[in-house]
Amino acid sequence: MFELLGITPQALYSQLLVGLINGSFYALLSLGLAVIFGMLNIINFTHGAQYMLGAFLAWIGLTQLGPWLGSPDFSLNYWAALIVVPLLVGALGIVIERTMLRHLYKLDHLYGLLLTFGIALIIEGLFRQWHGSSGKSYDIPEVLRGAINLGFMYLPKYRAWVIVASLTVCFATWFVIERTKLGSYLRAGTENPRLVQAFGINVPLMITLTYGFGVALAGFAGVLAAPIFTVSPQMGADLIIVVFAVVVIGGMGSILGSIVTGLALGLVEGLTKVFYPEASAVVVFVIMSIVLLVRPAGLFGREK
Amino acid sequence: MLTRTQWGFIALIVAGVLAPHLGVYPTFLMKCWCLALFACAFNLLLGYTGLLSFGHAAFIGAAGYIAGYSIKAWGLSPELGILAGTAFAGVLGYLFGSLAIRRAGIYFAMITLALAQMLYFVWLQMKFTGGEDGLQGVPRGKLFGVIDLADTLNLYYFVFAIFIVGFLLIYRTIHSPFGQVLKSIRENEPRAISLGYDVDKYKLLAFVLSAALAGLAGATKTVVFQLASLTDAHWHTSGEVVLMTLLGGLGTVFGPVVGAFVVVGLQNQLADKVGSWVQVIMGAIFVVCVLAFRRGIVGEWMTLFSRKR
Repeated sequence: MFELLGITPQALYSQLLVGLINGSFYALLSLGLAVIFGMLNIINFTHGAQYMLGAFLAWIGLTQLGPWLGSPDFSLNYWAALIVVPLLVGALGIVIERTMLRHLYKLDHLYGLLLTFGIALIIEGLFRQWHGSSGKSYDIPEVLRGAINLGFMYLPKYRAWVIVASLTVCFATWFVIERTKLGSYLRAGTENPRLVQAFGINVPLMITLTYGFGVALAGFAGVLAAPIFTVSPQMGADLIIVVFAVVVIGGMGSILGSIVTGLALGLVEGLTKVFYPEASAVVVFVIMSIVLLVRPAGLFGREK
Repeated sequence: MLTRTQWGFIALIVAGVLAPHLGVYPTFLMKCWCLALFACAFNLLLGYTGLLSFGHAAFIGAAGYIAGYSIKAWGLSPELGILAGTAFAGVLGYLFGSLAIRRAGIYFAMITLALAQMLYFVWLQMKFTGGEDGLQGVPRGKLFGVIDLADTLNLYYFVFAIFIVGFLLIYRTIHSPFGQVLKSIRENEPRAISLGYDVDKYKLLAFVLSAALAGLAGATKTVVFQLASLTDAHWHTSGEVVLMTLLGGLGTVFGPVVGAFVVVGLQNQLADKVGSWVQVIMGAIFVVCVLAFRRGIVGEWMTLFSRKR
């Protein structure tokens, strides 16, 4: 069958793998957007910049931090970065929420979008000024170099790790939100913050932590992405627009919905690269248009 | 006795007519007028209908390409080329608008942004647009076959006339019964529906009008710079027009014009000197506007003025 279409199975598998990787990033990022949207009712336009920040901090930790501190041998390795960087990005997010976003909750939600857009421009501009537009490369950690022979294809170890790591984080998030007590506060806060506050739960604190957590997910995705994609100031901006389309397709009503939609769209994009490469850049947007025609609320969304 | 708005009009026209004779660089002014019209068209949608489109770059960019191509390849006269670009932007506005009005609020913004990005990739891949280089060398030609637009002053007054026509059209729209319905949708959509208005139809019409006028600005810009480029179709442009409108004053008649002049002026002054700091400054203005200055320059000025009286 493949030979008929002029496509080798290897090409198909490798594009599917690329699709699955992109899908994992879509899932991680749209999950963060959905969590933030649920609690704060804003769309976090800074998400792309925070993803870029994650990748850049990882790169800085690996190559720049030692010389800065005066001991060239010191560096923050990949595994440490995977924990430290999301915490840093999340902390910065908490600062943003405390000092700026907080003042906008009583206004039209559109102001939240505009504010986070402005912050995204600032972060991106700073890195562009500092490092130019050229990409930086980040070495894959030693353990994950090389590939596994699966019989029908070679699977690079790092790519397999990315998929496993992002899916684990996605499902852990899903579990915490849908199956634990903490998650039940969060879901209740999404439905009716005032009532939850009346039960003695500190809702403002919960909002702050939720934003910090959602943003930390973006930072985590950035660290994961650093070794596969080149680290550059504009890496987040173009990605975030696709993620917005993913969010429109899935609807932000369901955590599991965001994960599934993200993965599925990554795969569809990969398949398009095999069968009709010209359309691969626009396929997600085309699907978004079709979904809007057929089911405006999104595949997993609820009309409000 | 003239009203404040009428004084504003007179001041605007006098300033526009005299400016090139007072030593202001005409090309800079023409860019300002084009972007001012763009911002006014955008304001019609955000300021008066309450719809935040984050994809208006699609219309200014598309009209630029169509006008540029029809003038360059088919030899259309500049006024026909501009009309072609405007019409194309209007049709595009109908298509995008029909999809986007299916969702409200934040989703509306995300959908318009995504659709505009899709179009950006289409232009990037198509042959006639020249990809990253843009569609270059668009001839200015002769207006109505008589007036030579290669002459900078002729071109300047042509661009200024287009701005005034577009501006008056928007002003008329805002103050028509149609415009009143748009404002009622902005203030209270469920009530507008319960009064029997087909809200979707009004939103769509406002969207098409806004898109077409944004297209008019884009097509004119192409004639001025003899170039249609990807920059205009990029989402940065969509962000800039939001900034111009917000900074000048959302939902005010003159606000977007003031905002456009300030933003273009700043970019013009800073671009060579500070590199990427321009982007940081634009972002900072955004943040300040949203946090502390939501009425914008004209809005704040008007509140100050009415307090004094």
